[in-house]
Amino acid sequence: MQLLLFNAFNGLIQGVFYALMALGLALILSLNSVINMAHGGFLVIGAYLAYTLAPYLGFWGALVAGPLGAAVIGLIVERFLVRPLYKRPDPLYTLLLTFGLALIIEDMTRTIWGAQGLPFQIPDILNSSVSSVLFFITGYRVLVVGITLLVVLGLWLMLRYTRLGIRIRAGTLDLETVSSLGVNIYLLRALNFALGCLLAGLAGVLAAGILGLTPPMGSSLIMPSFVAIIVGGVGSLVGAVFGGLIIGVAAGITTTYFPAASDAVIYLIMLVVLVLRPRGLFGQEGLFE
Amino acid sequence: MNASMTGSDAAVAGERSRAASPTAAPRRNLRAAGAVVFWLALVTLPLWLTHVGGYTALGTKILVYGIAALALNLLLGFTGGLSFGHAAWFGLGAYGAGMTLKYLAPSTPLAILVGTVVGGIAATVLGPLVMRRRGIYFAMITIAIGQLFYFIAVRWNNVTGGEDGLAGFERAPIHIGPWVYDVQNETKYYYLVLVCFAVAVVIMKLLLASPLGHTWVAIRENRRRLQFLGVRIDLYIWAAFAISGTLTALAGTLNAMLFNFTSPQDLHWILSGNFVIMCVLGGMRKFWGPLIGVAIFVVAQDYLSSVTDNWMTAIGMLFVLIVLLFPKGLLGMLGRRGKEAA
Repeated sequence: MQLLLFNAFNGLIQGVFYALMALGLALILSLNSVINMAHGGFLVIGAYLAYTLAPYLGFWGALVAGPLGAAVIGLIVERFLVRPLYKRPDPLYTLLLTFGLALIIEDMTRTIWGAQGLPFQIPDILNSSVSSVLFFITGYRVLVVGITLLVVLGLWLMLRYTRLGIRIRAGTLDLETVSSLGVNIYLLRALNFALGCLLAGLAGVLAAGILGLTPPMGSSLIMPSFVAIIVGGVGSLVGAVFGGLIIGVAAGITTTYFPAASDAVIYLIMLVVLVLRPRGLFGQEGLFE
Repeated sequence: MNASMTGSDAAVAGERSRAASPTAAPRRNLRAAGAVVFWLALVTLPLWLTHVGGYTALGTKILVYGIAALALNLLLGFTGGLSFGHAAWFGLGAYGAGMTLKYLAPSTPLAILVGTVVGGIAATVLGPLVMRRRGIYFAMITIAIGQLFYFIAVRWNNVTGGEDGLAGFERAPIHIGPWVYDVQNETKYYYLVLVCFAVAVVIMKLLLASPLGHTWVAIRENRRRLQFLGVRIDLYIWAAFAISGTLTALAGTLNAMLFNFTSPQDLHWILSGNFVIMCVLGGMRKFWGPLIGVAIFVVAQDYLSSVTDNWMTAIGMLFVLIVLLFPKGLLGMLGRRGKEAA
């Protein structure tokens, strides 16, 4: 029983990372119409920047600076590489562009920081266990879940009540109308892209504290995030979050009973969802059909 | 060569021949001459490739990847379905062939058959999950489906060899009656692959010249109009998906036997992305575009990985440059220039 709880909780933590990644991907997917294959790359950038800056800024400073760095690089990438492609309606080109970026980022990370895994130091106080029975619930894991909850809540409030958030939501529905109402949609899309990269960077820093840093960490987290979006429903941010948590926990539980299938199970869940409910759990009918 | 014409091309060509009929005949002769030169170059390739700095296995690899890229292009360039998971069918073919040789029987034709059928069945069964989707959604589902097989290959390691890949098999000599064709010889294997390549090309050309092929192009050009005309476009996309997947699996079987080895990398989404960029690089609106893309990409990869450790960055840059500067591909650019000149 405790093993099951242990694995389910581990799965939940993994699911939190998937959810953060999927949320950023879904934002970029719906407003920028870009399948960001480089999203894992932005995760890696966030993590390694935090690792590099931690000796100067401390853990908490790095926790903020890493994601911000990823967002700034995202802004540059959007401005100079993605923006020229908006006028081509075929999603093929941005997909290939970000695919190339993913290769470049992973390879450059390996060149700069080395192929060896690096440990990310977290404050000792966070390393101790919260409960003596449920030893696996460390302070850091609570922090990861807490920060993610805050971020998701903050994002929801922003999208719901701020002018920027309302414009982003309007833009996902009808970009042309938003543009003709006098909104600078280039700026809007740039900010949205950076926001997505910020979330990826945050996932990277948080994941680094548990999994450590390796150059391929991004490409191993991005595929489950795609699955999270498909399971949750393309076009739904709520779906992205729940999709991530569901597949994370499902993979964790599977580890208890049939460890070899823990990777494959999330793809099986996706197939089942696609057969029974093709638009995903929270997806709107008719979208992308 | 007329068989390669797509619906819209044929219409354009028809108008052009009516407007300027004297130029039509030389154009046809030119095309026929080009085809003769092309196939002669392939048949004699083992004789001259070593003299220009290549090696026979490189030529074989180009043909193998060529089958896969041309097959992907049936879906990508002609039907307009953005498949980003074709490594799944390639890898299934490879593992199907490898396991047949290792566990079942040392027979090359049987390995090709089993691998192709396994990949083909998988593509046919999973096709309905994507056939009603389009654009971004189509791409995402195909990416994710591809990864399912990747993880099965990695984790089921007592059968598939896991992360280290499947080894311990080799292509077997082919016995036809009393006659033995020893494909363990590299040059002889090249000719076996060339025959498969020719068969695949003939199949694809016939399909594209048929009403089925014309419907594919029509779906790409104006999906909604076809829907209003009562065409069951999902079934046509399913057909494209299944046929494309089957031929890609054929390429996979040949690839496994080329190296007598296959690994989960043959199922990975990076390979899927490479197939797509090969099609785009050569020009995905032309039948032969993908083959040109394959030749350039495979040679570039071979060369770059021998001169720099950062070849992944170089390949990534290649992706970025192609997308920003040559979105129509090499053949697409040549074709456009030709039209402007005319």
